[in-house]
Amino acid sequence: MSILLSHISKNFGDFSALHNIDLEIPEGELVALLGPSGCGKTTLLRIIAGLEQADSGHIFLNGEDKTAHHVSERGIGFVFQHYALFRHMTVFDNVAFGLRVKKKEHRPNEAIIAKKVHALLELVQLDWLHDRFPDQLSGGQRQRIALARALAVEPSVLLLDEPFGALDASVRKDLRQWLRNLHNELNVTSIFVTHDQEEAMEVASQVVVLNKGHIQQQGSPADIYDYPANVFVSKFIGQTNEFHLHRHTSDWLKQTGLHIPQESDSIAHVRPHDIEIINALDGNSPIILKDWQHLGALIRVELTKKLHESEPKTLYAEMPNEQFKRLNLTRGDRVELKIRQAHWFNSL
Amino acid sequence: MSQSRIMPAFRPTISFTLFYLSLVVLIPLSTLVFKSFELHWNDYVDIITNKRVLAAFRVSFTTSLGAAAVASFFGFIVAWVLVRYSFAGKRFFHALIDLPFALPTAVAGIVLATIFQPSGYLGQFLKQHFELQIGFKPLGIVVALIFISIPFVVRTVEPVLQEFDSRMEEAASSLGATRLQVFTKIIFPNIFPALLTGFALSFARGVGEYGSVIFISGNIPYVSEILPLLIVTKLEQYDIAGATAIGLTMLIISFVLLFFINVLQHWVRKRSGQI
Repeated sequence: MSILLSHISKNFGDFSALHNIDLEIPEGELVALLGPSGCGKTTLLRIIAGLEQADSGHIFLNGEDKTAHHVSERGIGFVFQHYALFRHMTVFDNVAFGLRVKKKEHRPNEAIIAKKVHALLELVQLDWLHDRFPDQLSGGQRQRIALARALAVEPSVLLLDEPFGALDASVRKDLRQWLRNLHNELNVTSIFVTHDQEEAMEVASQVVVLNKGHIQQQGSPADIYDYPANVFVSKFIGQTNEFHLHRHTSDWLKQTGLHIPQESDSIAHVRPHDIEIINALDGNSPIILKDWQHLGALIRVELTKKLHESEPKTLYAEMPNEQFKRLNLTRGDRVELKIRQAHWFNSL
Repeated sequence: MSQSRIMPAFRPTISFTLFYLSLVVLIPLSTLVFKSFELHWNDYVDIITNKRVLAAFRVSFTTSLGAAAVASFFGFIVAWVLVRYSFAGKRFFHALIDLPFALPTAVAGIVLATIFQPSGYLGQFLKQHFELQIGFKPLGIVVALIFISIPFVVRTVEPVLQEFDSRMEEAASSLGATRLQVFTKIIFPNIFPALLTGFALSFARGVGEYGSVIFISGNIPYVSEILPLLIVTKLEQYDIAGATAIGLTMLIISFVLLFFINVLQHWVRKRSGQI
């Protein structure tokens, strides 16, 4: 089911949490709402769910205006960061809850409920835990039960609030992959909130970047990474080196082989993997190799740039292990840089 | 005792607990039991099956149970309002709840008796418009006991309600539950054990209550005479054995009832995965 938000605004007292949000999400997408904490992403998700009311604006689910509908009548499934499982019910009863509270004429009989619940528990691979209570489960298990519970009512939209936020790194990694596969299988339109850009890039088919109550950019993970719309997105997604263009920097950047397109753009963002390190031929290069860290297959190199009287600046470059070994560098060596490409932004 | 405890205080604390229990609870209670042994079994049965005593048993236990039930209901509502809503004067009401704890119960009793007696403000009004008499009736005892026991319910339910994760309600709503279903299936089952504790405390307090009851009840034999009053009456006549016989029987009945409430509570907790 498609989701359309038009002119959504929300204030908490004097604080403007969301400012005139317009957003369209086509059917079947797995969308990440990405942003730093306090950017309004959870508020937006709760407004879509109906757990929070917007001050102005409309919400259309599949073309139908659902702005005034109560959360129980929106046909959504909601998964909470801290699971919010019913702690006085078994896993089975938790998952069956949504079916048992249906109106009499729509309520399936217990045999059908049991069949359906067990099928869902199979889907999340936890049927063997059906008679346990939530307190007896691990975090990852609880989150999968919470998901099964939300899916039981066959929601047309699945909303997940920081679904992996409270889990260990390794469990989180597994669950991300698993959620992606599950989405491919069920193909229900899903939105999840996260502050972790890596998670958004890995799981989502579309990413919506939010900051300070405004949508910064919407697009596929590749689009967002390769064509960031502004300085905020470029800095928030992945690592970047920032250069403010004044005369010295500009001259130096030309030496690294970077093509500087127009004068009006005055901030350059360079990804660490777009910087190539070459052994310096003379001893006058302003770049000194300070240190390096192993990131698995890649090496991150920490460089210090000291141009004339300006403050020393730290730069980061990344390259494969092998390549770094071939350079045969030690700490304190002077190096030269080749910059392949940059993203250009206006300083305002 | 495992050696890995953080607080190595098992011995001193268990010693203190046993010492305290003996001094304050076990020794006085066993004295009660031993004192009643001075009676012959037949005398004991005679005292207990005396019609006036039996009537007092009925009055004491039915009014206490009734008052505990009503106090649980209204105490729950009060706790709910205090936890869930913010309103002007909330702190004031919060402090007001504990007042029955601090007030000498006789004062409460005299005040209640003054208003609810047939010629009192409320007593007159109720008599005229609803044909209802509260003062000098068992109903008066219930009113006094409710006054005394509401704080027990409020103070046991309040922290549990405060701790209750309201996201469970949101989750239930998102699954299509109506407000009523959210309350009956999610909130109430989680609060119920605490409510039972409040009920048990109210009941226990109500059975032993003396000061606030005797003024409003009128102490009419066979109608509104409570057991504690009967015990005091017997003591005034130096019938110590008779008083202990009634006291011991009260103790046994209260213990059995509280034990039953505890079992119920254990069963509820177990069924809902809280232990």
